[in-house]
Amino acid sequence: MNDMSLVERRLVQDEIKITARDVQVFYGEKHAIKDVNVDILDKTVTAFIGPSGCGKSTFLRCINRMNDTIDICRVEGRIALDGEDIYDRRVDPVQLRAKVGMVFQKPNPFPKSIYDNVAYGPRIHGLARGRAELDEIVEKSLRGAALWNEVKDRLQEPGTGLSGGQQQRLCIARAVATAPEVLLMDEPCSALDPIATSQVEELIDQLRQEFSVVIVTHSMQQAARVSQKTAFFHLGNLVEYGETDDIFTNPQDPRTESYISGRIG
Amino acid sequence: MTDATDPGTIPAQPARHTSGSLLTASARTKRRNAAEARFKAYGIAAIAIAVLALCFLMSSIVRDGAGAFRQTYASIPVTVSAEVVDPKGNRDPAEMAKVISLSYGKLLDDSLKAWIAAENIRIEGLSDADTKSFFSGEAPARLRNMVLADPELVGQTVEMTALTSSRIDGMFKGRVTEETAALDSKTSVAQFRLAQAMKENGALVTKFNGDFITKPDASDNRAEAAGIGVAILGSFYMMLIVLILALPIGVAASIYLEEFAPKNRLTDVIEVNIANLAAVPSIVFGILGLAAFINFVGLPRSTPVVGGLVLTLMTLPTIIISTRAALKSVPPSIRDAALGVGASRMQTVFHHVLPLAMPGILTGTIIGLAQALGETAPLLLIGMVAFVTTFPAAPPEGFFDPASALPVQVYNWTQRADPAFSERASGAIIVLLIFLLCMNLLAIFLRRRFERRW
Ligand SMILES: Nc1ncnc2c1ncn2[C@@H]1O[C@H](COP(=O)(O)OP(=O)(O)OP(=O)(O)O)[C@@H](O)[C@H]1O
Ligand SMILES: [Mg+2]
Repeated sequence: MNDMSLVERRLVQDEIKITARDVQVFYGEKHAIKDVNVDILDKTVTAFIGPSGCGKSTFLRCINRMNDTIDICRVEGRIALDGEDIYDRRVDPVQLRAKVGMVFQKPNPFPKSIYDNVAYGPRIHGLARGRAELDEIVEKSLRGAALWNEVKDRLQEPGTGLSGGQQQRLCIARAVATAPEVLLMDEPCSALDPIATSQVEELIDQLRQEFSVVIVTHSMQQAARVSQKTAFFHLGNLVEYGETDDIFTNPQDPRTESYISGRIG
Repeated sequence: MTDATDPGTIPAQPARHTSGSLLTASARTKRRNAAEARFKAYGIAAIAIAVLALCFLMSSIVRDGAGAFRQTYASIPVTVSAEVVDPKGNRDPAEMAKVISLSYGKLLDDSLKAWIAAENIRIEGLSDADTKSFFSGEAPARLRNMVLADPELVGQTVEMTALTSSRIDGMFKGRVTEETAALDSKTSVAQFRLAQAMKENGALVTKFNGDFITKPDASDNRAEAAGIGVAILGSFYMMLIVLILALPIGVAASIYLEEFAPKNRLTDVIEVNIANLAAVPSIVFGILGLAAFINFVGLPRSTPVVGGLVLTLMTLPTIIISTRAALKSVPPSIRDAALGVGASRMQTVFHHVLPLAMPGILTGTIIGLAQALGETAPLLLIGMVAFVTTFPAAPPEGFFDPASALPVQVYNWTQRADPAFSERASGAIIVLLIFLLCMNLLAIFLRRRFERRW
């Protein structure tokens, strides 16, 4: 699989999905993100790596404006999705989040049935006309999240009754079901065992066909396995951004080098 | 402290555990275990005291109040003589309605005397006053209603169960004995003996008193006829108003404060104020109600609408505080999840947060309602203590009719002279406690039910 993706990496898409220019994020007085400039490509997996507290999650949450829910958080600079500024006053964050889905670090299924978990997004966005179409979306999303075979006989059972790894895949299915254009994943595998992790990684690789995927991870191996582009954050700065291979084999910045070789972090 | 920060001194090594056998407890362990045992004993003692106090309270209320649910009736043949009830002899309802209850009282009196003669009962010193005061003042009124409703009865002899006076009733509940009867101006030894004789002949029965629950209050000298019907209905109407107003307002306010309002000075001030309002003595709400709803708005006194509004004000802080606590306890990850798939804030709240907070909200609401149900002081101020013998109409008009309330009725009865009233006050307390118990059970049931969903 590794070799496969190495080959695929050569067919890099160069269509830009998200552009960030001079992004600053403040939590009250604390300057959490400093001058971040980055172009995230369409149909590509981009990995964010960096030591704990360096602002990976913060930056990720800027991309779908989840930071709006934090009172003390202030975002400056410009982030554009397909060339449109998402912090423009006319943009409704709700509409934005339908386009930019998110999977959180801790699995957080709704305390509803498996079916309702996946169907919730399509329902509120009116993506399905009728029950049959909704069933189809649910099945497709669950298949996409490699969960269908495990849950197809118990769709009406509570989603919270699944195992941790299954719950995380359910959350991925839920995010996929709203047909987003970008999928943000904040350490999606931190609660998973190696088997579930490899399932999710395979899944991410498949999702790349349709979405632009941004994944935060603490595992160098994971970043190397699933991503084509890697961004290294340190103390709120984007230190280095480039082809995953280059970052791991030939880092330009000494901080990147010491981090990936395990000396800081 | 200073040692640790002083770089010159070496911190003392922590004392080593002197290794002893695990089979013998060390002095330190013994002390710890003793402290734990003492703490447990305090706890058990506290609970035991509470349970004892509760048992004492319950048993004394039940002992005093159980009598209210039983009442003594005389069942004797009553001759409805046509000369008395229909002096014109034409069975015209309008003419018959002119005959007042007092005349029916004479009928009962005559029938009792006739019965005594027929049964060959001789009681020394039995006076006219003794037979006259044998029945409750309510009995002739009921006989009159019976006859007016069914004029066929005129001229016939009907078997009637007539309410006896509270003194006769007291003789079969241990409240009145031959000795107390001798000293009592409202009864006599002869009347006492008559009652005993009638009991032996089966003409006096003490049976379940349904009227206590369904009939309205009665005047001071008709304790035996007094019931809590109007009070129950009044309390019920007020609870209805409180529920209709306080639940939506309280829940909406909490949702706004918890989920939408910016966290700033103003909301802090509001929060502190709500917490303070919950601690304001209830009588203050009564004064507010009197000033605002009666004097300013001009709503009628002693009506469920005013009582309900005052109790709503009193209950709101309780509901808001418990609802906010319930909303706060919903994990933020659920909100993130909903927002993350593109739900609006309102959808997030109504689809996910509110259902999860429901058990807490319902529990808080029911506890608030239970508090309101037992509240007396503010109702006294707005005149709910008035003597009301007519039932309020069906809602919504009934909300504006005078009514009483259970706790106020209890208060009212404890003020009256006849000991039969204090028995009834305890009876009303039992009913009130049963209602409260039911409400708490409902709260527990709802909580279980909603929580068991997942
Ligand atoms: N809600 C918040 N309020 C205040 N400060 C915050 C908040 N969230 C994050 N921060 C601060 O912002 C900085 C970046 O946090 P962030 O969560 O983005 O780190 P991270 O790179 O995701 O770390 P980790 O790998 O541990 O998840 C941290 O110093 C953190 O203390
Ligand atoms: Mg993080």
